[in-house]
Amino acid sequence: MAHSDARLHALAAKRWRIAIWLSVLMLIAYYGFILLVAFNKPLLGTVLTTGLTLGILLGALVIVFAWVLTLVYVGWANNKYDHELAELRG
Amino acid sequence: MGQGTNIEAIIFFFLFVSFTMGVTYWAARRTKTAEHFYAAGRSITGFQNGLALAGDYMSAASFLGIAGLVALNGFDGLIYSTGWLVGWPIILFLIAEPLRNLGKYTFTDVVAYRLQQKPVRLASAIGTMAVVLTYLIAQMVGSGTLIQLLFGLDYTLAVIIVGLVMMTYVLFGGMIATTWVQVIKACLLLGGATVMAIIVLSKFGFNPMNLFARAAELNGQRVLEPGTKVVTGAWDAISLGLALMFGTAGLPHILMRFYTVPDAKAARVSVMWATIWIGGFYLITFILGFGAMVLVGQQQILAAGGGGNMAAPILAQVIAGNIFFGFICAVAFATILAVVAGLTLAGAGALSHDLWVNVIRGGHAPEREQLVVARLSSVILGVSAVILGIVFQGQNVAYMVGLTFSIAASANFPALVMSVFWRRFTTWGAVCSIMFGTFATLLLIYLGPTIQIDLLGPKAAPAGSAPEVVEAAKAAMAAHAADITSQWWFFPLKNPCLFTMTGSFLIGIIVSLVAPERSAEEGFAEVERRALLGEPTVTAAE
Repeated sequence: MAHSDARLHALAAKRWRIAIWLSVLMLIAYYGFILLVAFNKPLLGTVLTTGLTLGILLGALVIVFAWVLTLVYVGWANNKYDHELAELRG
Repeated sequence: MGQGTNIEAIIFFFLFVSFTMGVTYWAARRTKTAEHFYAAGRSITGFQNGLALAGDYMSAASFLGIAGLVALNGFDGLIYSTGWLVGWPIILFLIAEPLRNLGKYTFTDVVAYRLQQKPVRLASAIGTMAVVLTYLIAQMVGSGTLIQLLFGLDYTLAVIIVGLVMMTYVLFGGMIATTWVQVIKACLLLGGATVMAIIVLSKFGFNPMNLFARAAELNGQRVLEPGTKVVTGAWDAISLGLALMFGTAGLPHILMRFYTVPDAKAARVSVMWATIWIGGFYLITFILGFGAMVLVGQQQILAAGGGGNMAAPILAQVIAGNIFFGFICAVAFATILAVVAGLTLAGAGALSHDLWVNVIRGGHAPEREQLVVARLSSVILGVSAVILGIVFQGQNVAYMVGLTFSIAASANFPALVMSVFWRRFTTWGAVCSIMFGTFATLLLIYLGPTIQIDLLGPKAAPAGSAPEVVEAAKAAMAAHAADITSQWWFFPLKNPCLFTMTGSFLIGIIVSLVAPERSAEEGFAEVERRALLGEPTVTAAE
């Protein structure tokens, strides 16, 4: 029992760490974008190619980045995390 | 546009309502217990729930509102779109799985899990109701105005129709009917918007950049650059960002959806699908906004009224004719219905499951009674929604959506996170944190620029007034603003979330540390275990 409690504790800590890191990455990406909008409007107005400014590209990338983080987490959880949970339930 | 009755739209809307009434009849026969009513018998798959979550979240404000904002301002619409999406990964990482494993019907189940039931449930029900009611006001007033514009129906009649149809879904079909209404609506909305985006892009060689370039040619390069429409000051931007990001993770009707799936893995998968649908939808809306800007023109969008809200429907008419216009109008109506139904169900959960069953009846109420009280609560909320919609007619309620997200982020999110992740969190820490989050947000919004200057201050002169009248009104507005901002009690931010959310965390932490609660600390081991493993298969210690 003590052994499984320790493993549970370790797994909880690991999930918590990953969750925090991914949340912080999302926060950085989003706030990076918002703070540029607030403080450096000219930079975001930079034209990359006809019809595309840096601002539009970065805004779309924030959405794509949210997708990527989501898939990274779901990939980890469905493969690694669920296996360990199944063993703990065992 | 906006004059006369829109026959095609009414036919499509009638088809939608008839079909969903059929679904409700089917669902009603399956709604036998409280678990069916609140949680659809835990029978929804992750994929279906992902669509339903998207349906709950993609309100008329995000479809018509963002398309209009983009059509009139270009780039700035993207700021809202990103803000409204980034809350979803946070729900996935921090909330969805523990919530599903620890709770039964409402997110309060999780907050109260190892704490004293009555005080926590009472506080949390107040936080839930504050969110549900402010959001309902925003939705009902928006729906009355929009339906007037889209269908040519009278405002009061529109609000009553929304109330009646929505109540029928919730009252008879509970969560099963509400979920399927959300799924159908999400498919129609995503499908309709995608078809429109494809038609728009086909006119620009399927390259969005050609569309953006054309928009810049017509309206100037500024439409591709950040303006001042959404983000004014840096602190306002940071505060609004917090509200959007963490408010999503504190919306009771969204959190309630995680109980409709069989387990934590399905909850996880449902957020993944929701994030994909909602993100895609916002990208498509951005295309539609620019499409309307180029193919319809800003003058015509403004002339249609509704402050840009008609951009997407008129675009549908211009690119695909009256029938498609009717279809898109009907989809917008369906969108409002579905969101309001979800909110009503969440409010009914707080009133009946949290307040009646757990506070008044001490956690023990027969199944039959639970179902009766749940249905009664839905009726009370439905009637309140209609009354609020009529009372707030003609008021500017745009700030209500920001208020909703701010309360959700300040009252619900901190208590939820601390109860799951912090061992030493206590009953009174939770109560004080939730109460502070709810009332400080309401107070600071009241003392802030939105209410004191925009709503209570003198208004600009109506268009077409004589120049001296316009000048006099401007001077009065400036004098009022200067007077108010110099008051000691004036709160300078439009969105108080930066203070209220951090304050709510701090108060929860300080109160918990000052007065430790032994039983709550001892209960944490079980919370930790159950948050990972879910309900024990042998015997549950309730």
